[in-house]
Amino acid sequence: MTLSLQQQIFSANKEALQRLLEADPVLVDVVSAGEAIPDLNDHMILHAGPPIDWNEMCGPMRGAIAGVAVYEGWAKNLKQAENLASKGAFELHPNHHFSAVGPMTGLTTRSQPVLVVENRKFSNRAFCTINEGLGKVMRFGGNDDSVLLRLAWLRDILGPALSKALKAESGILLKPLIARGLTMGDEMHQRNVGCSSLIIRELAPRLAKKVSNNDHLAEIFAFLGNNDQFFLNIAMATGKAIMDPLHNIHASTIVTAMSRNGTEFGIRVSGLGNQWFTAPVEMPQGLYFPGFTATDANPDMGDSTIVETVGLGGFAMAAAPAVAGFVGAGTASEAANTSRLMAEITLAQNPAWTMPSLDFKGVPTGIDIRLVVETAIAPMINTGIAHKEPGVGQVGAGVVRAPLECFEKALEAFADKVGVK
Amino acid sequence: MTEEKGKIKSGLLNSEIRVVNIGLTRFADDLMSQGIEVVQVDWTPPARGNPRLADLLSKLTD
Repeated sequence: MTLSLQQQIFSANKEALQRLLEADPVLVDVVSAGEAIPDLNDHMILHAGPPIDWNEMCGPMRGAIAGVAVYEGWAKNLKQAENLASKGAFELHPNHHFSAVGPMTGLTTRSQPVLVVENRKFSNRAFCTINEGLGKVMRFGGNDDSVLLRLAWLRDILGPALSKALKAESGILLKPLIARGLTMGDEMHQRNVGCSSLIIRELAPRLAKKVSNNDHLAEIFAFLGNNDQFFLNIAMATGKAIMDPLHNIHASTIVTAMSRNGTEFGIRVSGLGNQWFTAPVEMPQGLYFPGFTATDANPDMGDSTIVETVGLGGFAMAAAPAVAGFVGAGTASEAANTSRLMAEITLAQNPAWTMPSLDFKGVPTGIDIRLVVETAIAPMINTGIAHKEPGVGQVGAGVVRAPLECFEKALEAFADKVGVK
Repeated sequence: MTEEKGKIKSGLLNSEIRVVNIGLTRFADDLMSQGIEVVQVDWTPPARGNPRLADLLSKLTD
């Protein structure tokens, strides 16, 4: 029996949703990015968002590239690093092309330690660097000595310690941990207080067993305890590990990645292979730290929208009324309305991840390009805001909408692929 | 509304007005400013009114 086109799309999306809901993400290791991604060569830099050249990059992205080149020993100083980058000395690729994701600038290079999340249902792995904390950090374009010293500490002390701690026992199951976080007020993008605390409870006894140097142990606990966003990067690797098995299902209209490089916003769609559909990125609307205003802000940036792609972040805003105020998204009831609105453009609710304030409804998941185009409801994203100049760092937090143009372009391409004129 | 001896007799203006407004909020705002209860329904034309995309959607959707 020949299925109609609509039936083919229905079946493909049903298969995609099944893979999404059956995912079993587990934090299993921390290794160097070079070990995790064998194709990540020397002088190669993975960045957030769709593909982009140096000439098109925004200030913070350029600042971070200069910093990471010094950190890797490819340049003696920032000026030399910028000069080398402008001459094409570094090979630039999106994280997403290598099963990886990175927040904000999202740079990944060989020697950086990456969190390894394995989706045990489908035996695929996804990677993300370790969250550096708040303030002046490379993901927001910071690149001074304090930033590079912290990166070296992550590489030399924290990364190996987490690796030993995770390998000592079976991995940490992330699906139930995120479920608990949602009941503790996290949405896993701009609020990770609950999950960061829960993961420390899991890691602390393992670290105590495996790290014999008490000074290092104290440093590690202080770093983890002072970073409310420590879990963000784990949530991002989780999102990537969940969404990758949905990719390349013929006739599926479900979005498998949303990402931004500070210049363009890009999406990928299951049935449309590895093609990116892009549009100019938008400016977040939010609240600024003392001393900063909207005139300081860089446009939207980062792979962290993978958490919205999987149904968290802005989609789970109802679970996190406290973050609604932090990002300037209104009251608790308005936060609930945001999740209800996102349900208009998704095909399912995830029963494993529920939101107490919506009578334990599952988070809306499985963004369908057809629904986005039809309703003109753009996905809502919670995000940090970087300073537009390189080297400054984070200046605020807010919300931003995915450009509808990306979804309209994808719909046109999908129609073309399936022969609809 | 009833029809009586060839004329239409409407009770619309003689009874309490109850309004459901679909789409542009301006109409609802004007009525609400006069104390009239209005239920606002958020609605926009499919695909932002783009006929090409709306046509594609009709062929790609049940």
